[in-house]
Amino acid sequence: MCDFKLKQLYLQLSGLWLLTMALCFPISSIADESLYTNQRAELIAEVEQYARFIDEDTVDSFDPEVLSSMANVKRHEFVPDDEKPFAYENRPLPIGHGQTISQPYIVALMTELIQPDKEDVVLEVGTGSGYQAAVLARLVKHVYTIEIVEPLVRQVDTRFRRLGYENITTRLGDGYYGWEEHAPFDSIIVTAAASHVPPPLVKQLRPGGRMIIPVGGRFMTQHLLLIEKTEEGEIKSRQILAVRFVPLTGER
Amino acid sequence: MAGPPPRFIFAATLLVSLAAIGYEILLMRLLSIVQWHHFAYMIISLALLGYGSSGTLIAIGQRWLEHRFEIMFSISALCFSVAMVGCFVISQRLPFNALEVIWNPRQLVYLSAVYLVFFVPFLFAATCVGLALTCLKQHISRVYFFDMFGAGIGALATIAALFLFSPQNVLRLLALLALVASALVALSARSFNRKPLLWLQSFCFVLLLFGLPHNLLEFRVSPFKGLSQALEVVDTKVLSQYSNPLGLVTVVESPTIPFRDAPGLSLNTQHEIPEQLAVFTDSDGMSVITRYDGNLEALAFSQDMTTALPYYLLDAPKVLILGAGGGADVLSALYHGGREIHAVELNPLMIELVRDDYAEYAGRLYDDARVKVHLGEARGYVAKQTNRYDLIQVALLDSFSASGSGVQTLNESYLYTIEAFQEYLRHLAPGGILSITRWLRLPPRDSLKLFATASEALIRSGLGTPENKLAMIRSWNTSTLLVKTEAFTESEIDSIREFSRVRSFDTVYYPAMPAGEANQSNILPQPYLYNGTQALLSDRAEDFISRYKFDIRPASDDRPYFFHFFKWGSLAEMLSLRKQGGAGMIEWAYLILVATLIQAVAAGTALILMPLLLVKRNWPSQTGRRMGAYFFVLGIAFMFVEMAFIQKLILFLSHPLYSVAVVLCGFLVFAGLGSRASKSLAVKLNQRGIPEVALIVIIIVVTALVYLMLLPELFSHLAGLSDPIKIFLSLLVIAPLAFFMGMPFPIGLARLAAEAGDFIPWAWGLNGFASVVSASLATLLAIEFGFSAVLLIALGLYLLAAVLVSKRI
Repeated sequence: MCDFKLKQLYLQLSGLWLLTMALCFPISSIADESLYTNQRAELIAEVEQYARFIDEDTVDSFDPEVLSSMANVKRHEFVPDDEKPFAYENRPLPIGHGQTISQPYIVALMTELIQPDKEDVVLEVGTGSGYQAAVLARLVKHVYTIEIVEPLVRQVDTRFRRLGYENITTRLGDGYYGWEEHAPFDSIIVTAAASHVPPPLVKQLRPGGRMIIPVGGRFMTQHLLLIEKTEEGEIKSRQILAVRFVPLTGER
Repeated sequence: MAGPPPRFIFAATLLVSLAAIGYEILLMRLLSIVQWHHFAYMIISLALLGYGSSGTLIAIGQRWLEHRFEIMFSISALCFSVAMVGCFVISQRLPFNALEVIWNPRQLVYLSAVYLVFFVPFLFAATCVGLALTCLKQHISRVYFFDMFGAGIGALATIAALFLFSPQNVLRLLALLALVASALVALSARSFNRKPLLWLQSFCFVLLLFGLPHNLLEFRVSPFKGLSQALEVVDTKVLSQYSNPLGLVTVVESPTIPFRDAPGLSLNTQHEIPEQLAVFTDSDGMSVITRYDGNLEALAFSQDMTTALPYYLLDAPKVLILGAGGGADVLSALYHGGREIHAVELNPLMIELVRDDYAEYAGRLYDDARVKVHLGEARGYVAKQTNRYDLIQVALLDSFSASGSGVQTLNESYLYTIEAFQEYLRHLAPGGILSITRWLRLPPRDSLKLFATASEALIRSGLGTPENKLAMIRSWNTSTLLVKTEAFTESEIDSIREFSRVRSFDTVYYPAMPAGEANQSNILPQPYLYNGTQALLSDRAEDFISRYKFDIRPASDDRPYFFHFFKWGSLAEMLSLRKQGGAGMIEWAYLILVATLIQAVAAGTALILMPLLLVKRNWPSQTGRRMGAYFFVLGIAFMFVEMAFIQKLILFLSHPLYSVAVVLCGFLVFAGLGSRASKSLAVKLNQRGIPEVALIVIIIVVTALVYLMLLPELFSHLAGLSDPIKIFLSLLVIAPLAFFMGMPFPIGLARLAAEAGDFIPWAWGLNGFASVVSASLATLLAIEFGFSAVLLIALGLYLLAAVLVSKRI
């Protein structure tokens, strides 16, 4: 009887010890990676089903290529350490310097809207965390990206090198005039807030090319502005709500 | 406490009260700079929470405290002083990010933390005053007088100090005053060993004056405000920074990556934007000073913005620009051949920047013979003009990010109300145009509300059908509305169409516009704006507004919340769409106000009512309960009247902060005087058998009703007077009302003392709890129903109070 109690105590103590150890030691990074992989798969599934809620005229499902690219980009590598636990939540996160990493769903939508092709050369104005560029990098030939916040450029450079993104070129500087040497571009993404669309960027768009600009505050994208240059060089713009929403009740 | 009162106790009480109100006002300023304006309501509620909670604490520990009055007073004042600085420093280090509230529930925890941190200084301040009131019973009326008087001056003195010193130095000054109060009591004290305390005070004194690390009090502005974002950009630097009670104005230069501010510039433009300096007010709301050398050709870009439209319908117009900012609209007026250009600007600092500090940069713009700059609030300025104008222009006065992120929801604005539009229309010369530009948000909000407001203003002004007097165009991110007092002519309509076509703008509305012309250049998923404007002019306008998922009812002077688009009915849908890209539709600032209210209820319960419940368990008789209701109702009614007056005076005094200061000052001082007079008045009335509370309540109700009817008219006549006179007049108006409003509370207390003395702490507690909750509640009600409704509710509650107290046991 007594022996049994001792045994029980021993078991309890060792359990406690194991628990303490588990809490003291950082969870191994291998476990971390597999956790992230699972979370990422769940996130992509979530993003995929939301495509049904967009206007049918615009997008009714995401291209599997876009989703597979997103499934391959480790979003947790693009956020500061304290935001890592939330890296695979479908929401924007602060990344310092007053910038955010976009909501994955919006990234998917923007990527979808520019209809990336293997041979495309893309310009991005406003690198931020580099996440959008990384998603594009797997879908196109080359991404040129410009950022105006110096520490972000340095951060992103190291990040791309570490993660092995070779077809992304970053630059610190003014994105207003685009990147003349590499123009024209098949598509342009402008994530930097601006009071107007820089006309020089429109010029650097190849006929048949598309430019996409998310409009709204840092934590909430209101809508997307899509500018298309027809093969004849005519400019057309469309405002796209990221969500199917009828502003009047009782109408469908 | 028997015997003569401690020597400097009254002076010390005055100083503490002065510093407490000063701190309340200063905090509104500080939080507007580092966060956003909507924290004002939270601060009012916090200050009251401090008073309520200290009342409870003192009631509980009364016996113990009475023997240690002087040392506890001195310690509290010292803690108050330290907490004023300390809590600001701590709050700045809390990672609260208002913009993230809808995404991250942790933010609500941080919001509560901010709330609790700022509660601390007010708790200590209130403890000083509460101790004096409790322990110096024989001198209670003197204590009361010094308390109220100090608070009254505090409100106005802080505003004055904010003109002279930086907000940080005003903070030091207020902390210093509390420290002096603490030292005065310690120095004159007889009852305790004061040496350690004096050492501590000296230490704080030296620290405050010389020892605070330089960057400790530096503003840590939210990284998501315009100024912070600008300063992250490579090579930007702050050129100069000035502060006054109207705002902290910061001039920023960005040589490498120019600002190029040109809202809604046409995609087809061939013109470059000249060099610009950015001017931020309270670290947001960017306005620009454009480099100008007298060569108008350099300004050619301004013809490719929607704001240029009215100039294509007018010939050498006489222009009135409301909100001059850095002068961008004045330049546009010059470029387009304005004959006489009047620009009104609220903040003198802004005018000085363009006229003096950066005069050369701005090309001596304000010295141009055609340009006249006027200092003043736009509404007040227009009201007092006998002149008429060919063009009255209200262009974008706020940044897109502020507009887009919903931070303005709670900002009152008297520029975009029906009454404002009527005023503008009255000042149009024959053939003149009112032109208003707003950011375009999707799904449409501002633009439709603007259109509804203009339509309503035309109808109310008796100008006949609005259909032929409105026109609207849009770019991808701005919309410009034109309003005339007479019909648009055929040739004007042609000009509007041509102007839009050349620049790839869309026409949204003009008289008899064919549906096929809508939504052509910048294509929306549906022709929302065309459909919306058509519906708003049809007989189904009411139905459309009520079925629209955003609140687009026109704002009025009574409900001046143009930026409020939130509808409870849409919240569930929007929250569910948030992860699917619908986040931009949620007006989260409104949700923060609701959160603040919930917080106030929780904090009031935990810090005022719970302690009482634990200690004073003998929940009293029926009398007590009835009296409890009486004090609760009084708390709400008093605050509602105060909040309604703050709003009603904003338009007259031209700035929320002035209004808060004047109303607080007025109500404190005169209610204080009223409460002093209440005792003798009650005795006299009782002798004649008149129910005193009933009579006082009737006086309050009648006065308030008269004000409700007459004040708007009176104020609009007096709008042109100078600020000091307006402040004096406001105090004069407040005086009689506040005087009588100060009476029901002490009369009730006196009656309790006679009938159920045990219940007194509950009376304080319930009253305090009610006022804590009322600050946010009043705003919530006003947004829905208007401030007149808030005032009427308050008057109803006063009548209820009279009924509650009319029964004897």
